[in-house]
Amino acid sequence: MGNENRRLLLGNAAVARGLYEAGVCFISSYPGTPSTEITEEAAKYDEIYCEWAPNEKVAMEAAFGASLAGRRSFCGQKHVGLNVAADPLYTMSYTGVNAGMVIGVADDAGMHSSQNEQDSRHHAIAAKVPMLEPSDSAEALQFAKLAYEISETFDTPVLLKMCTRVAHSQSVVPIGERTVPVKEYEKNIAKYVMMPGNAKKRHPFVEERTKKLTEYAENCPLNRVEMGGTDLGIITCSTSYQYVKEVFGDKVSVLKLGMTNPLPVQLVRDFASQVKNLVVVEELDPIIENHVKALGIPVHGKDLLPMIDEFSQNLIAEKIGKSGLLPAELVPVVPETDQLGEPIPARPPVMCAGCPHRGLFYTLKKNKCTVLGDIGCYTLGAVAPLSTIEMTLCMGASIGAVHGFNKVMGSESEGKTVAVIGDSTFMHSGMTGLANVAYNQSNSTVIILDNSITGMTGHQQNPTTGYNIKGDPAGKIDLEALCRAMGFERVRVVDPYDLSQCDEVLKEELAAEAPSVIISRRPCALLKYVKHKPALKVDTDKCIGCKSCMRIGCPAISMKAGADGKLKACVDPTLCVGCGVCQQLCPKDALEGGQA
Amino acid sequence: MKTKNVMIVGVGGQGSLLASKLLGYLLLSQGYDVKVSEVHGMSQRGGSVVTYVRYGEQVFSPVIDRGEADFIVSFEVLEAARWMPYLKEGGVIVTNTQQIDPMPVITGAATYPADLVKKMKDLGVKVDALDCLKLAEEAGSSKAVNIVLLGRLSHYFDIPEEAWDEALAAVVPARFLEMNRKAFTLGKNYRED
Repeated sequence: MGNENRRLLLGNAAVARGLYEAGVCFISSYPGTPSTEITEEAAKYDEIYCEWAPNEKVAMEAAFGASLAGRRSFCGQKHVGLNVAADPLYTMSYTGVNAGMVIGVADDAGMHSSQNEQDSRHHAIAAKVPMLEPSDSAEALQFAKLAYEISETFDTPVLLKMCTRVAHSQSVVPIGERTVPVKEYEKNIAKYVMMPGNAKKRHPFVEERTKKLTEYAENCPLNRVEMGGTDLGIITCSTSYQYVKEVFGDKVSVLKLGMTNPLPVQLVRDFASQVKNLVVVEELDPIIENHVKALGIPVHGKDLLPMIDEFSQNLIAEKIGKSGLLPAELVPVVPETDQLGEPIPARPPVMCAGCPHRGLFYTLKKNKCTVLGDIGCYTLGAVAPLSTIEMTLCMGASIGAVHGFNKVMGSESEGKTVAVIGDSTFMHSGMTGLANVAYNQSNSTVIILDNSITGMTGHQQNPTTGYNIKGDPAGKIDLEALCRAMGFERVRVVDPYDLSQCDEVLKEELAAEAPSVIISRRPCALLKYVKHKPALKVDTDKCIGCKSCMRIGCPAISMKAGADGKLKACVDPTLCVGCGVCQQLCPKDALEGGQA
Repeated sequence: MKTKNVMIVGVGGQGSLLASKLLGYLLLSQGYDVKVSEVHGMSQRGGSVVTYVRYGEQVFSPVIDRGEADFIVSFEVLEAARWMPYLKEGGVIVTNTQQIDPMPVITGAATYPADLVKKMKDLGVKVDALDCLKLAEEAGSSKAVNIVLLGRLSHYFDIPEEAWDEALAAVVPARFLEMNRKAFTLGKNYRED
């Protein structure tokens, strides 16, 4: 969009453009909000090989292999994905790279779509690798390109850290041309085989590299000083920079850090010496602040600003405004606004109308199961009125945990406890948990919610779907065969739209004295190829207003007063896809149409 | 010029991303610096969603904060009321009159407040409310609610109609262009009875 060399691009699309221009040849990633679009957008460039890997660790190792082979490579993930890939990362810091390698990681301050609010900068410090943090789309493109120069110059993988507001905001980006630098592969056992004898020699290299990177940080294009008023100096990075500029413009001076590991020393000292008061404005943890404090420089930070949630311009205006660090004429005004005098009901996310998970969760609730959950759309099974999931931790934890749960509870829990995990999450981290159930023999029931796609992140293919990132036919892992090969004799498949079948199979498998896998199979209702039935209609003469159909928590069904003032079920025709699950609950056959 | 702020609010799945794409294209074509901030992931699933569109000479923050919005374009009445505190003094709410019950209302844990448009107007807020679903269906598709709303919004902008039309053509598939043009015009020319 826009004219040829000036485009309005999502931060993630700008990273993808940067990867293209930097001559990246290989990308392997696992989807995760807010990082997913980097790889999706990159896949639109035919010159770049792109793939979805089963998980982030595999993706990072694949990207490392491509770097080793002499081609610039990338792998992308969300913050918690970097935990999964931490193992290769921490030792790649020792081996360094051949061709440049950049690792994209997207944090989610505010937890728009995440299970925690961890600050990825800790990984950069602990792994001793440089981290770049763009603050808008134009920087996202520039920094992505520069990251490859740094990677090859300093022989290190480089972390490119996004956050929700940079990843998912569009801003204007000047674009350039693609050039493809290539390196030769050379056998180098001392550099690439990290056994103790070799690793001991690489560790000093890592420490020396950090010193050189710190020198680079003192005077590199990533870090810049914008002198303005000197009553207050603000050190900031990422999207916080934008909020600071929005509030203060040039009324304060700003040290804007584009490289947040390693942090400069002299640059910080010089900046601090030119301003009366110093504040660090950074989301989440006080990493820059602690660095400044360690230099013995008086500084404010988390004493004024929160450690939780994301920032905004009003928050910064208010907190710094009342800090007493600014002369009265510079204190920003936070606008007063109107409020309605009554509560506005919340609108939490819900499973979509026609979601195949709904019927299965209804069955679990009906059977009073203890449900250990996992990461995906189906985490919404914890929300009223289904309120079924009792634990969600991280990718794959449902199966890991159900095993431990049943081992200690024994017959008390085995007959009513299940793990639920999506097809993509199962491929990511569920298989090893299932291997543990098979190997150490707990009488556990594992339900794979196979909606034939990675749903929550916006429909990415995975190893069970039979298609690759471009939508072309690819290898397809047979879930039933896989579970049988692991030693499960009881592998059942159900259609979650068929409530009586779900109920029957669930009861049998919970009662069985052996571990079992139930595959609940029906494609995501939002997939383009899924054909929907017409919306159901309520026969208001038959409907007795018993609310049986309301028990499944479908957003398309509500109760509305009829002409006689009595409450009757009402189906929203713009939402209903005719899945027919509610029909199976109606004692009076008042819901007409659909599949049942 | 001071940065102008447009919020697009609604229920996940209602088509607000297309609306922000069109506005972004339009404002960039008018030579402005533009930032558009979107919501992806879990909250898209039927939750309350908000998109921020900011434009001017130089835009810094990608988000709009309380008391800053010049316009709130709302796909649903409750969402207009929810985000009303983000409107600046003298700002305008352009809202669809459609009501979609959130889950706490469906389960009976909360009630959908009555007469929200009137209550907002009583506070002195300028609210331009129209039945976009009806107008979209008149244009040929219930999915064109977003374009009806933008047609209505265009009424408040000093941007030539040709530029809006070019932006529309750039973001909607060619086979739906005529239907969307009709939806745009119905929104733009709507008059309160």
